[in-house]
Amino acid sequence: RGGWWPVRSARSEERWDFHWCDVGWLHEHFDHAYLDEHVRVCHFRNHYELTRKNYLVKNLKRFRKQLEREAGKLEATKCDFFPKTFEMPLEYHLFVEEFRKNPGTTWIMKPVGRSQGKGIFLFRKLKDIIEWRKVRTTLYFWGMSNWNLLFCCVWLLLQDGLRTDDQKDETQVEVYVAQRYIENPYLIGGRKFDLRVYVLVTSYIPLKAWLYRDGFARFSNTRFTLNSIDDHYVHLTNVAVQRTAPDYDPEKGCKWMIQRLRQYLTAKHGAEVVEVLFADMDNIFIKSLQSVQKVIISDKHCFELYGYDILIDQDLKPWLIEVNASPSLAASSQEDYELKCHLLKDTLHIVDMEGRLTGKEKRVGGFDLIWSDGPVSREGNLDTLSESFVANSHLGCYNDRKKQLKQLFRSLRA
Amino acid sequence: AMVDAESGLSLTIARVVQRLRGSSLHSQLERQARVSLHKPEIKLESLKEDIKDFLKTSGWEKKLQNAVYSELNVFPSPCHPAAPPEHMKEPLAYMRKAQGSWEKRILKSLNSMCTELSIPLAQKRSVSEQKELLNKWNEMGTDEPDLSLFRPVYAPKDFLEVLMNLRNPNYENGEQPSFRNHLGLIQVPLKVKDIPELKEDFSELGLNIGQLGIDDSAQVPPEFFENEHVRVGQKVLAEQDSAAAQQYVRQGCPTALRADLWALILNISNQPEDILYYEQLKSNVIQHNLLVDSLIYKDVKLTASNDDYYFVFEDYLYQVLLCFSRDTSVLEHFAYSSATPPKSYIRGKLGMEEYAVFYPPNGVIPFHGFSMYVAPLCFLYHEPSKLYQMFREMYVRFFFRLHSISSHPSGIVSLCLLFETLLQTHLPQLFYHLREIGAQPLRISFKWMVRAFSGYLATDQLLLLWDRILGYNSLEILAVLAAAVFAFRAVNLMEVTSLAAAEAVLADLSTLKVMPLLQIFLFATVT
Repeated sequence: RGGWWPVRSARSEERWDFHWCDVGWLHEHFDHAYLDEHVRVCHFRNHYELTRKNYLVKNLKRFRKQLEREAGKLEATKCDFFPKTFEMPLEYHLFVEEFRKNPGTTWIMKPVGRSQGKGIFLFRKLKDIIEWRKVRTTLYFWGMSNWNLLFCCVWLLLQDGLRTDDQKDETQVEVYVAQRYIENPYLIGGRKFDLRVYVLVTSYIPLKAWLYRDGFARFSNTRFTLNSIDDHYVHLTNVAVQRTAPDYDPEKGCKWMIQRLRQYLTAKHGAEVVEVLFADMDNIFIKSLQSVQKVIISDKHCFELYGYDILIDQDLKPWLIEVNASPSLAASSQEDYELKCHLLKDTLHIVDMEGRLTGKEKRVGGFDLIWSDGPVSREGNLDTLSESFVANSHLGCYNDRKKQLKQLFRSLRA
Repeated sequence: AMVDAESGLSLTIARVVQRLRGSSLHSQLERQARVSLHKPEIKLESLKEDIKDFLKTSGWEKKLQNAVYSELNVFPSPCHPAAPPEHMKEPLAYMRKAQGSWEKRILKSLNSMCTELSIPLAQKRSVSEQKELLNKWNEMGTDEPDLSLFRPVYAPKDFLEVLMNLRNPNYENGEQPSFRNHLGLIQVPLKVKDIPELKEDFSELGLNIGQLGIDDSAQVPPEFFENEHVRVGQKVLAEQDSAAAQQYVRQGCPTALRADLWALILNISNQPEDILYYEQLKSNVIQHNLLVDSLIYKDVKLTASNDDYYFVFEDYLYQVLLCFSRDTSVLEHFAYSSATPPKSYIRGKLGMEEYAVFYPPNGVIPFHGFSMYVAPLCFLYHEPSKLYQMFREMYVRFFFRLHSISSHPSGIVSLCLLFETLLQTHLPQLFYHLREIGAQPLRISFKWMVRAFSGYLATDQLLLLWDRILGYNSLEILAVLAAAVFAFRAVNLMEVTSLAAAEAVLADLSTLKVMPLLQIFLFATVT
């Protein structure tokens, strides 16, 4: 399709130009393979700096400190979109301190390496962790205080309980993060939801990021209440988890397109409030990318399509839950299928293996350029400065990509 | 003629006064007037004038104006003073008769379901049941009662069969159907508008006039129309003028202003007494279980819960519809509806009028798809009592006409005839072709019109359509849109060879843009 031949397997001997690889392949081959000038790969070598929860929190914390030093406290608060997170077991001291300072709050424990909602649970009291799994009679001595000892025992027993038999053969301890659970999510129809937004990064140095206009809100199948902490299904809105919930109806589709959500919120809160909300989301995308800008190994062969998971709270503040490097491209409905097809097509247009674009485009299909070594304005050209700055971001806005692509390619041919 | 106009006017005035007398607005005005007596600007010599001025400046006159305007919109103009009350319901005898027989059939169906399942029509709940329901009030959707034995009392297609068999006994039409007659399914001689008349009525939809749904698209700079339109809308809301709002929404409502504008047009203000009334209805639901409740549950589960966008609002739908069934104030609309509420008798007292009650208490038996009337409103209103009032008002002004047999221009019979006539007149080839292959167009478009397109169009498009229903105080736009949809897909429809294939071409309306379709059909098609 589009004049490309699929190559059966990307062994180093065979010549290939474009590889939509999975992360595993990347880790295995990338360092050893020699890549021609024109070749493109869909991941950055160390994307995990952004996409693994414990690395992300580390990078964000560092970036925030830097921002505070350079630009002051006010500017640094723009980074406060990530709920308080502690890596486990490394930072359990700090976590316990925070935990004790705020009794009665709810925390969520997530494994860093896994996705699709596996291995996640919530707790309010430390004893919940203990009661959550049957305690086995194995003890490890770490030579620490009683309290720490207890925690570490629980920790390792948990590990045991959570791992499958195969995994138990491995000796590594799985890393988790404990994150402050957002107890006041914005609800629609009594249900919690999160947003999946797509951001394409074609280069980190300089930073060039595109935001896709379409996306969706994923609803929990059940009504939200803090009383049912054990109900895995209420709190996790990943479609993968919802699929196994007892009353899940696959035909129903627990998703809204972002356009619908934007309209609903505008009808309820007015256009100005919603503009602020979406501007805050743009801020999340940019700042998170900036925080890893210096760490990611920038390679001109690489690009990456990220799936951002955002949660909105009742004060209409958006929170970053996580960033996915391999966002699910499986479709749960016809509408979903079309979105993902178009997303991929437009990604390929931007990667531009055919070399058709000039590099000065601000919009390609459903993607709008939101950052190009600096903020991108809606008005004017990429190089020129305009007096009034309106961000070139159109999340949840009308996506007439077919028409735009036609016009774009016609003007490029001319 | 002069005398008739005058007497007509005084009849109207008398009726409006009678309706407003004793209303809460009346007592509020009285109170305000009394309070104003203490004000220094009110002088004894010019008491009447001063009080009038005071009411004007304090905004109370506007409220009164809105209430009067509302009354005028809802009630039809009175016919001859000597006309019997049934004429306000429905002037044509054969229509009344047909509605009566239809109602008998529905009631028979309901009663037989009742007997089959041996479930009483109404039953008081036990204390523990009441408590349980109260706890679950905000999440009734999680309940999974066994509804397999219940079936909807009727579906739109059953109703269509009845309408197809309507005949005016005074009208002798022995000729075979031909192009000089009507080729469609509806065979009653009601007067419907043609395109020139529709163009005049819907003049604000003209090509030269800005519309939301067309002139607010991404390509058009907002300075051309959108910004000014929003500004005007804000002004209308500030003035709190119902009539101005109704005129304004003919060009569409900005999303952020729609909820308030619709409430202004329907004169809904969610006063404390309204909230109290809703709470009262809620307690009625808690205390008694009605058979129709199961029908409502079933309908919501079958329709709204399976909709990609409305499933989120499932709980709100129960909260509205269960209360709606118990709302006896809805009975008032039967004064101008051709329908009559079904009567039921307390057990053992069959036929004794003293023991007759309306069943359900609001006199409206839900049918398959009924919950879709409420679902779009959930996008706009989130406070249960306000959502409830908006739905109730929409029902007693508009929706009831879509499932009762009458000669009213906004009644479903007229809409069907209007649709068929528009199609036969302007797309005769298409109409003839579809008829020949056994795909009478009304068979496909009927369900769209009965539901006012809810669940068929994308939500934002549906709301733009309902803007115009409110703006023009008429449902005729539904028939025009239905014809416009056929016109839009005419090329594909000409190629089909079966009803099923025609249905397939028209199965998915979710990508349609309503306003361009209407504009093209009314103003840009060669007549």
